[in-house]
Amino acid sequence: MNTPKNWLKGLALLLLALSAGLAQAQGLSIDIVRGTASAEPIAVVPFAFEGAGVPPEVDVAEIMRNDFNRSGKFRALPKADIIEFPTRQSEVKFATWNLLKQAYLVVGRVRDGSNGDLTVEYELFDVAKQQAMLIGKPISGQRSDMRGLAHKIADDVYEKILGVRGAFWTRVAYITSSGSGNNMNYALMVADSDGYGPQTVVKSHEPLLSPAWSPDGNKLAYVSFERGNSAIYIQDISTGSRELISANKGINGGPSFSPDGSRIALTLSYGGNPDIYIMDLATKKTTQITKHFAIDVEPTWMPDGQSLIFTSDRSGKPQLYQAAITGGDATRISFQGEYNAVPSIINDGRSVKIAMAQGGGNVYRVAVLDRASGESKMITPGSLDDHPSFAPNGSMLVYAATEGTREVLFAISADGLVRQRLVFADGDVREPAWSPYRKR
Amino acid sequence: MSHPNLNTFFRVALCGALVLSVAACSKKVVKPADAPMNNDSSANTTPTKPTGKYTVGSLEADSCLRQRVVYFDYDKAEIASDFRAAIACHAEYLREFPGARVTLEGNTDERGTREYNLGLGERRGNAVNAALSSAGASSSQLNVVSYGEERATCKEHAESCWHKNRRVEIVYSSKQ
Repeated sequence: MNTPKNWLKGLALLLLALSAGLAQAQGLSIDIVRGTASAEPIAVVPFAFEGAGVPPEVDVAEIMRNDFNRSGKFRALPKADIIEFPTRQSEVKFATWNLLKQAYLVVGRVRDGSNGDLTVEYELFDVAKQQAMLIGKPISGQRSDMRGLAHKIADDVYEKILGVRGAFWTRVAYITSSGSGNNMNYALMVADSDGYGPQTVVKSHEPLLSPAWSPDGNKLAYVSFERGNSAIYIQDISTGSRELISANKGINGGPSFSPDGSRIALTLSYGGNPDIYIMDLATKKTTQITKHFAIDVEPTWMPDGQSLIFTSDRSGKPQLYQAAITGGDATRISFQGEYNAVPSIINDGRSVKIAMAQGGGNVYRVAVLDRASGESKMITPGSLDDHPSFAPNGSMLVYAATEGTREVLFAISADGLVRQRLVFADGDVREPAWSPYRKR
Repeated sequence: MSHPNLNTFFRVALCGALVLSVAACSKKVVKPADAPMNNDSSANTTPTKPTGKYTVGSLEADSCLRQRVVYFDYDKAEIASDFRAAIACHAEYLREFPGARVTLEGNTDERGTREYNLGLGERRGNAVNAALSSAGASSSQLNVVSYGEERATCKEHAESCWHKNRRVEIVYSSKQ
């Protein structure tokens, strides 16, 4: 039937598709490179819209499916394979989901909230036991924040099933660069952990590098060359106000907040070569931690706040070392590969894990060292993989890779089995830093 | 954590290598104990009398002074002998024009992490700084800035490009 109404509908759909494509071109696109068979099967039924007004533009269930797939812990039933559409417990026929070999089932609905907000209600079921595991508290938000609501629900479902808080409702900071010669554009960006909603924190024609999150997730420290030499700023993400905290002669690099947020570790070279220092953020007083003619860079706090892991070429090539914040000799901690650098550290509840760029010659990959067992495992397949950063629950990492002549970001499950490319449409993307948890 | 003996040895070795590699260093190789440690005041050798060889225009006209880039081997900061003539020319120009100022911009190729490369770029900048100082430039005329791998002139992921990026650029911020 070619009625005007259908024709208009078609046009609307086309426009919707075009605008979605545009949004994707501006942001970071998603595609899962390698799946895993051992992941738990979960079905997320499309959430019904039960409101009176305009339905939300985003598909809450689809965002959750992508989150679950990306984590490597779950395998979400593709939307096309879903044959029944229950929206609440009374409509669920467990036999159907059993037949589809699903371990878990999520259903939900969206309705109008107060003041133009939308409210989402959802339920999680154990298919084998035919029982509800979680009747989610109704969660409300503005239409523009529906992606955030979807990530929060995915976090709660993840936590209910696995006993570990999900890290989908988090962010990733990264650096972009484009242009050439004297016409370079650098930006420090922040996007959702799935790459959507990129926002510019700061722009410059001079290099920006080394973004680092404050533990409360409100601030970013970074290095900027806007003064002609490296300098370190701390910027409040929501207000945009910032403070210059280090502009010494020589290198001002590698900022890293202490776990309690009161201090920041830095690389400074005004003493003649790059050494590690700690600055008290209240007094701005610095204490020198390493004193060595080698290049000492990339200080990163151990979760207990008592020592730093850093990169040093004191043995000839860059390797990781540990130094107590009270001083004393540094101890080498990386021994596999002729090159180890740029550590990211997490205590995932079982042990302290240290991710690093590991390699030699022309091949560099991300490796994860388990401090408890001492075992180190390569988890990425690239040749110029760099700058890993753990999600706050340790289940995933984000890292930078080179594809052709471009730098791109990947998210990868901590076991290395599931990777997702996060491609920026214009220029290079690098130095990702996964945010801490956000306040619920 | 500090290794003073090794530290001294390293710097002496570095300075020795630099002194040997700079043509203008016709003076005797300094004894280790007197070796210039860095671009501090001890690095100022007694200036020889300027020869009046250069004018301000020489920076653009003189083929030796027009060489303003020193290239390096991978992960190294030693100055190859090919560059000793150019460094001697710049040192002489700086002696003749005490008001002249240069920034030594240290750069690296893309291999290695960005923060490590800031350190490596500075090490290269310091090597050229020490060579110019040894050849008679005043430390007050010299400033080192490391850009690490941030200012690549060539963007291919291959040695054909990388060797062009491992460099120190001698940039005059004041010509006289």
